Order: sequence, then structure tokens, then C-alpha cells
Amino acid sequence: MAARIMIAFAARRCLSALPTLLIVITLAFFMMRLAPGGPFDQERALPPEIERNVLAAYNLDQPLWRQYLDYLADLTRGDFGPSFKYRDFTVAELIANGFPASLQIGGLAMLCAIVFGVGLGTVAALHQNSPLDYTVMTFAMTGIAVPNFVMAPLLTLLFGVYLSLLPVAGWGDGAWANKLLPVIALALPQVAYIARLTRGSMIEVLNSNYIRTARAKGLREGLVVTRHAVKGALLPVVSYLGPATAAVATGSVVIETIFDIPGTGRYFVEGALNRDYPLVMGVVVFYAAMIIALNLAVDLLYGLMDPKLRRP
Amino acid sequence: MQRLAHLWNRLDYSCGMLRLVPLLALVCVTTSIQAQTELRIANLGEPASLDPHYVSGVWENRIIGDLFLGLTTEGPDGKPVAGAAEEWAVSDDGTVYTFLIRDHVWSDGTPVTAGDFEYAFRRILRPETAAEYASLLYPIKNAEALNTGQMTDMDQLGVKALDDRTLVITLEASTPYFLAQLTHYTAFPVPRHRVEQYGNDWTKPANIASNGAYVLDEWLPSTHTVLLKNPKFYAADTVAIDRVVFYPGEDRAAVQKRFRAGEIDIAMDFASDQIEWLRKNLPEQTRIAPYLGVYYYPVNTAKPPFDDVRVRQALSMAINREALTDKVLKTGEVPAYSLVPPGTNNYGEPAYVGWMGVPYEARLAQARSLLAEAGFGPDNPLEFTLSYNTSENHKRIAIAVASMWKQLGARVELFNTEVKVHYDKLKQGDFDVARAGWIADYNDPQNFLYLLQSSSGPLNYGRYANPEYDALMEQASATTDLTKRAGLMAQAESLAMRDQPVIPIYYYVSKNLVSNAVQGWQDTINDIHRSRYLSLK
Amino acid sequence: MIRSSPPAVELQHDIKGRSLWQDAVRRLARNRAAVASMIVLAVIALLAVFAPMLSPHPYDEIYWDRIQMPPDFANGHWFGTDSNGRDLFVRTLYGARVSLMVGVLATAVSLVIGVIYGAVAGFVGGRVDDIMMRLVDILYALPFMFFVILLMVMFGRNIFLIFVALGAVEWLTMARIVRGQTLSIKHRPFIEAAHACGVTRTGIIFRHIIPNVLGPVIVYVTLTVPQVIMTESFISFLGLGVQEPLTSWGVLIAEGARLMEAAPWLLVFPATLLALTLFAFNFIGDGLRDALDPKDR
Repeated sequence: MAARIMIAFAARRCLSALPTLLIVITLAFFMMRLAPGGPFDQERALPPEIERNVLAAYNLDQPLWRQYLDYLADLTRGDFGPSFKYRDFTVAELIANGFPASLQIGGLAMLCAIVFGVGLGTVAALHQNSPLDYTVMTFAMTGIAVPNFVMAPLLTLLFGVYLSLLPVAGWGDGAWANKLLPVIALALPQVAYIARLTRGSMIEVLNSNYIRTARAKGLREGLVVTRHAVKGALLPVVSYLGPATAAVATGSVVIETIFDIPGTGRYFVEGALNRDYPLVMGVVVFYAAMIIALNLAVDLLYGLMDPKLRRP
Repeated sequence: MQRLAHLWNRLDYSCGMLRLVPLLALVCVTTSIQAQTELRIANLGEPASLDPHYVSGVWENRIIGDLFLGLTTEGPDGKPVAGAAEEWAVSDDGTVYTFLIRDHVWSDGTPVTAGDFEYAFRRILRPETAAEYASLLYPIKNAEALNTGQMTDMDQLGVKALDDRTLVITLEASTPYFLAQLTHYTAFPVPRHRVEQYGNDWTKPANIASNGAYVLDEWLPSTHTVLLKNPKFYAADTVAIDRVVFYPGEDRAAVQKRFRAGEIDIAMDFASDQIEWLRKNLPEQTRIAPYLGVYYYPVNTAKPPFDDVRVRQALSMAINREALTDKVLKTGEVPAYSLVPPGTNNYGEPAYVGWMGVPYEARLAQARSLLAEAGFGPDNPLEFTLSYNTSENHKRIAIAVASMWKQLGARVELFNTEVKVHYDKLKQGDFDVARAGWIADYNDPQNFLYLLQSSSGPLNYGRYANPEYDALMEQASATTDLTKRAGLMAQAESLAMRDQPVIPIYYYVSKNLVSNAVQGWQDTINDIHRSRYLSLK
Repeated sequence: MIRSSPPAVELQHDIKGRSLWQDAVRRLARNRAAVASMIVLAVIALLAVFAPMLSPHPYDEIYWDRIQMPPDFANGHWFGTDSNGRDLFVRTLYGARVSLMVGVLATAVSLVIGVIYGAVAGFVGGRVDDIMMRLVDILYALPFMFFVILLMVMFGRNIFLIFVALGAVEWLTMARIVRGQTLSIKHRPFIEAAHACGVTRTGIIFRHIIPNVLGPVIVYVTLTVPQVIMTESFISFLGLGVQEPLTSWGVLIAEGARLMEAAPWLLVFPATLLALTLFAFNFIGDGLRDALDPKDR
């Protein structure tokens, strides 16, 4: 029963993802084109004849609606177009090249955020108003209050330059040492948010009737926490995963720049500033698709975890 | 491939001992990798392309200049020396150059011929190629007409391969800087057989062939570009470094930290505001040298009140350039009172502004009275916008200059945009006063002064149109005698310095961080340091 | 998670409501962290408002012989000077003006859109609610930070647009919260009574629904302001912040972060103020949540 409902729900959400994507594409396309400046405006202005040739080479001399339709048509064929800035690569190549690094950094950061966030939050909740609680929460607040473009150079200065323990920047073909600092810098704010969320909901759950019942049944406190409380307390955390992913994606723009990591996030800012229309569009479409897919996954997970939603 | 594998299996079965061979070979390979000398360069930019016809940045030049060898090339001191051409002869009127191509090969073993050069010149000038930098080759006969589509028959181009080793280039007029210009990447050869076979993909590591000191080994966008020594390079025995890695990261603070941590050997720039720290902590590694470029503020002469020469002069006089270079930048930049930097080839002393020696206070007073003459005063203050593109240095200069103009009673609004918007506005003439910079493509005053010719179109940001100036420049380009030519151009420059359609601020310096392990580094006026001349301690 | 007013509200909810708020205020006053935070915030806000009177230096004056100087009490540069020789103390306070203004105004934009949108969706219900919330879901899926960057790229550095763009990002959650609250109170007797008395729908939404969902909204507001301030600093880091000579904490911190070794004071002072402000907002938010949550009683 429940399974069929879930599948129907999932199918409906997948279908509705298409118009969402179309809205994203349309918005991004026209916003980018309305922005002043063009991809070939540079320090050395091109002679008008050459500029005409360059624009024609990329079909930028066509009317805008035409370019828009062409772009959509290309997209349905999986063709993201050429990059204006990186002429020797297509956008698809650039994204394919950058995504593994972004995924690893982002995925590890999310994993850290969930594990440490939930762990710290639970510990704080179980020792509410103790020194331990205050320590954990102060740490969490610091994570929220220090921008990652401050945290990242601080970490590199400390561990890379002064202590010489870890590389300052670079990808090093994905070596662990190169990943450590970027993952920490990226995860820290999310650890903080999740720890606070977990603590709040955990305290609420621990005071609720079903936990009192469980305790009254004589269950050991450890079991009460692991078997009943954590599951209930995780609901807000699960629903925060969507925004958290978006935040990690955004944060990766900064982190990838500072740590010189060949990810996709920095392509967005570079593309936007350089008016590399296909590159910006490619990254937006790609990220939108990812976020939609993740939200869907979160919804399904939420449905599985929340008994109230499970009953039709 | 399959047959090889089959063979391998047979060998493997037949004799167990043979298995050791590949293992041994592997050991040898790894040890030889460790013994390689590797130069790691922070290049501060991701190459847009490795096709010499599609690039425009200095960071790209650093890579492709290691890969390809033009007819002439930069020596260790940056001056032009023989490259792919062994020797050459110039006709008496200075318009016909005959080159003897050196007997050398592409990295795949195919000989480099005069035909490869002819092919390359034709390719970059073809309108469909849409090469952004093709205009640099306009001194060549019919190049401009062909590039702009007024002429379509490529056989009319003044570049001819007489045989495999003889290339004749005919120019429109005598061009004293032509040999130096041939070191530029617009004049690099491209491997015709590869370009025709692979099309746009010819620059991928698997497809490319080069005739310079290095070959492309790996190119991962935003990660690194790796070059390996080209064993077929004609002077391979003089090349000391086996492997060059270019890192593209542009965050100067991060690059500086990587340099300190020993992760890179050369950083091709650093942030000016770090200079005091660097001078104190890395004095030997911090290299600052004069650079052939000028930082200037074009003024929109087409727009009132900037069509009034008095307003432009007043604004220029009120800038205390020494304060900018000594107190804001502090990296050894030289205050600029002319458009052409001193020390430029084929030129004497630049034509400086007339008031160069006047003390600042007196200049300020003069500027105030000029503005008053032009009708601006306390009850009618001069109001305008100073635009600059986003960058820490441009910002600091603009803030300082705005405060200097405040002393004239001017109300200056600062307006900062990203580089694309900035240059779009300059191109459209949509600005009052703006920031711009010019780095010479070749070492000749003409490369600076043509910016103010009315025929230069969008490059003449301030729309300076002075028939007298244009006539002098035309005359200079038709003059073969170098001294006379220099005199004509100096006359033109003095007109420009009187009219101030551009306000020169300072002459650039090149700023590099060079590790003590790097040997053979020379500070050069064009900031070009080819890896083939460097070695590591 | 019902955080609305107790049932007795329906008759004279004015009086009862006041007592609820009084209750909340009393509890908030007992929360030492929240009270301290309010004091800190008030001090920072006052400093920002009276900034020009507190320092002998104008915010855009260049002191040519004091460029990038560490704190110097003799000349009244309590925070030192920046790399253009301008007084950092007064610039940090002007930065506070911009950052706090961005935070407050963007939150106000999100508040207005989010509360009205959520209340209408929740109150009208049915198909309208479905469609409206579907739209929110769709917008949620947009990589919104990217759109903020695109907006900045599109319109240049217009500070007013920063407010609007950030507000436009933050209203979604607000709308969801308000809708949830509205749903939970819309069948209460006092709403039905208002209906029966012939109050229009608009009247009910603005006079009865919105005032009664304000509790959680206020909590969310105190959490939105710091988020917006943080986002503004991120935009500044990308070089898309406010125009000189104006400044914001984001601009100052981004500049300080680059010079953290050469001139640490450029980072330390603005970053500390930013952190204090964010701390304060978060503590106040927590305090308000506890104070307004009837379950705690």
C-alpha cells in the first residue's frame, strides 16, 4: 500500500520537475542576456569586423528568442554548447571534468555536517545547560558567525603555512591531504546549523509523551535515545538537508576558488563574470537538476520516517 | 592492440621470468620520474585555448610560448633572437623579409616547413577564424583587407612559401619592429597536418604537435597544464627542466601562501598591498622590474564638459602621481607623464606633459583656475563618474584620485563594475572618466600612440579626434628613417599630452615571486621568461 | 509544533493577547543570554547610527601619511587605518549601517511577501493553496544564490536591489511557516465568529490571522537577519558588493581576509563586530522561541 503511494508520489514529483527546470532555464537565460557587457568585451576592444565574425561564429548575431529556442533544442539532445571563455572545451566537458571534485568535496562536507552535527547536537541536548552543552553550542555559533572566506584562509595559514602539515591549495589528483581543509571549511557552518537543529528538536522530543512512556516502561536511557528519540529528533534535520545542500553548493564557489579545486561551482561565478553564457547556463541547469533530485529524495526519506505522513 | 595483448599472454605463459621485465621497466620509469626536474608556475589564469590563434592573455602566452617557436623568439633577456628561422634578409626599402627556416621537426617527427607558416598566417587572418588578435598582423601586405573581408583571395597575402625552407613576407610599409613582432604568438606556426586532421580538437594532448622546447602532456581545466620537454626540439640539449606545471589559480593571496609553503616555484604576480610584508619576509624572492605598459584614465572627449581641454588638463594636473606610486602602490611603479613609457625601442625621450616639473601645490592652483575658466566653481561644481573594473588596485587608485579631485571642488562618484561591463561601456563611449591600461604587444612607440588615432575605433576609448595627430602618425608610418620616424611620433605625442584625452597615471612594473631554487631568471621589459632558459638548483 | 495562542483568546483576544505577550516578555527578560544580546545589539545599532559623531575622522578622508597603520590612539584611529589610509573605526561603523540596513530591509521584504503569501494560501485553502504552495516548492528548487549573483550582475551594484534580491530569496520559508500557522488557527472559533459577523476575508487575514501567527514569525525574523548579513558578505567577497566609498562589513572583511597577516586589524575588528551581531541575533531568536513557546510552561 504505502509503497505504491510512495511510487505514485515520486512519479508525480519527477513529472513536475520538468516545468521547474524549464523555469530555471528560462529565467537564467534571459537574466544572463539582459546583463550588460558581452562575452567578447575585453581590455583590447576588437575591431568591429572581427567582432562581427566572432559573434557570428557563436550564433550570437541571431535574435534572442531564436537563440533561446536553439539552446532548448540543443539541450534536449544533451548538448550544452561550447564554452566562450575556455574555447578548447565544451561546457559538457568542463562540467564532467569538474563534477567529481565538487561531488567529493560537497558530499564529504555534507556527510561531516550530518555526522558531527547530529552527534554534537545530541550530546548537547542530553546534557542540557551543562558546561558541555555550552561548549558545543559556542562552537556551533562560531561556525555560523565566521564567513567561510575567512575560515578557509585562516585554516590554510595555520595548517599549510605555519605548521606545514597539509597542502595550502591544489587538488593533487584528489589526495586526502588536499581534501581535508576544504571539507572542514565547507562543513563547519552546516555542522553548526545541524547541531543547533538537532539539539532543539531533541530537547523537544525528550520531553514528549512517547519518550516519557518509553522511560516509564523501564527502557534504559541509552536505548530510549537511540531507538526512539533520535529518529523523532531527526525529522527537522532531514527537512533541512535540501537547504543544506544548496548552502554547500553555494559555499563551494568560495572554497573551490580559495583552495584552487577544479570543481563546477567556481565555473558559475567565472562564467557569470565573463558572460560565458553557455557555461553559466550549463552549471545552473546541472545544479538545478541536482537540487530537484535531492529534494525529491529528501521528501521520500521524510515520508518514510514520519509516521504521520505514511498513513494515507 | 589485441595482437599485442595476445603476444604478451604467450610470452607470459612461456616464461615466468619474463614477468619481471615489465616490473623492472616500471621501477625504472618511476625512478626516472623522481629524477626529473619539475618547475611549478602559478600562472594566475586558466588558458582559454592553446591554439595560438585563439588566445589573448599573458598567461596563455607563457604556455604556448613554451610549446611553439616563431620565426624569431625571445632570448633569455626577452630580446628577439633567431627561432624557427635560422637567418633572414631584409630588402633595402624594409618591406620584404626572406626567412630561411631552420631544419627542424614537429614533436611527432614531421618536418616544420615554410608551408606550415604560410598556412598559419592564412588561418589566423581568415575572417571565419574570427581570431581576436589578428589585427596585430596588419603590417603584412593585404592582411587587413583579407581579415576584414574586403579581399577574399588568400593568395594575395604577403606571405609566401617559396619552397620547404624559404618563406617570404612582404609588408605594406617598412615596419621597424617587425622582427620583434614575429616573436608574438600571432606569428607562431601551427602543425597543418594535425589541425586539418583533428579540427578544433587539435590542441588536446593526444592530438597536438609542437615545434618548441616543450610538448603538451596533460591539460585539466582549472587544475593544471603540464608540459614535458620535447626531445625533438632543435636545441633540446640546452633545456634543463624536464617538466613544467602551470597552475591556473587567480586568488593572489592563496598563490602567495602556496609559494611560501614551497608548493610553487614561480608566481607570475602578487597583490600590491602585500608588498611591505613581502619586502620584509621574502626580499630575495620578490622581483619587481619595469614593464612596457601604461596605466591611464581615458577621458570621454565626446561628452561635455570633457570636450573642454581645460577640464581635462585640470583633472590631469590635480593628480599627485608620486603619492599614488609611493604611498598607495609602493611596488616601484613609475609616475607617468606621457603615454609612451620611457625606454621604448625606436624612440627617444617620450614627449612629457608641459607641467611635469611644476610642484604639486602650484599645479593644483593652476588646475583650479583652469576649471574656473571652464565655468566650474563652488556654486557650479564639476560632477562626474569615475569608472573602474573590479580589482583591489584599481579600487585603491580610484579612491585616492577621487580624493585628489575633491580638492578642485569636483564631486566624483566611484563606479565599479566587472571587467566585461567596464569595457563594454568604454567601447560604447558610455563613461566620463575611466580606468584603462595598455601593455605593449611589441616594443615600439607606435603600439601606444595608435591608441589615440581616430582610425583605431573602439580602442580609442575617449574618441580623441585630432586631424593633426592622425596626419603625423600616418606620416610616421610611411617613414623608413628611424630618427625621423621617432621625431614625428614625438610630435604627435606632445599634441596628445597637451590635449590630455588620456590621463597617464603610472608606468607598469612586472611583479613576480621567484624561488631561490630557480636559476637563469632575468627581469625583462616584456615580462617573458621562457622555461627553456631556466633551471633548478 | 503548534505555537499559537491559547484557546481563551477568542473572546477578547486583545486583552488576552497582551497578557500572552507580557508573559513572553517576562520570560525573555529572565533569559540572560537573550538580554545580553539585546544590549549588545542595541549598542552596535547606536554606534552605527551615531557613527559620524563618535570619531574625529570622516569615513572617506584619506590620511596620506597613515596608510595601513595599526590601531593608533594618538591620532584617534582606534581600529587603525585601511590600505587607502582611511580610518577603520568610522568605516566599520558605516559598514555596520549598510550591513544592518541590508539585513533589516531584506528581512522586511521577505516578511511582507512571506506573511501575506502564506496567510492567503493557508486561509483560502483548497486549490489556491495547492497552486501557491506548489509554486513555493518550485522556487525552493532553484539554486537561489546563483540567481542573486545573476541579479547583481544584471543590475550592477545597486544597494536597493541587494535588499530586494535577498528579500526575494528569503521569503519562501517565511511563507511556509505562516501558512502552517494559519492552517492551525483558521478553524478556531474566533475566526469563525469574525466570519459570522460579516468581516471580509481580507479583513480576517489582516486583522485576525496575521496578528496571531506573529510569534513564530518573529523568531524566524531574528534568524533571517543574520542569514542576510552573511549572504551580503558572500556577495562582497565575490566583488559584487556596495560601491566605494560606501562600505559594508562584508566588503571590509573580504579585504581584511586578504591581508590577515600583513594587517590583521583590518580583519579582526569588522569580523568581531559581525560575529557579535550574528551571535546576538541567534541568542535573541532562541530566547524568543523559548519565551513564546507555551509548551515550556
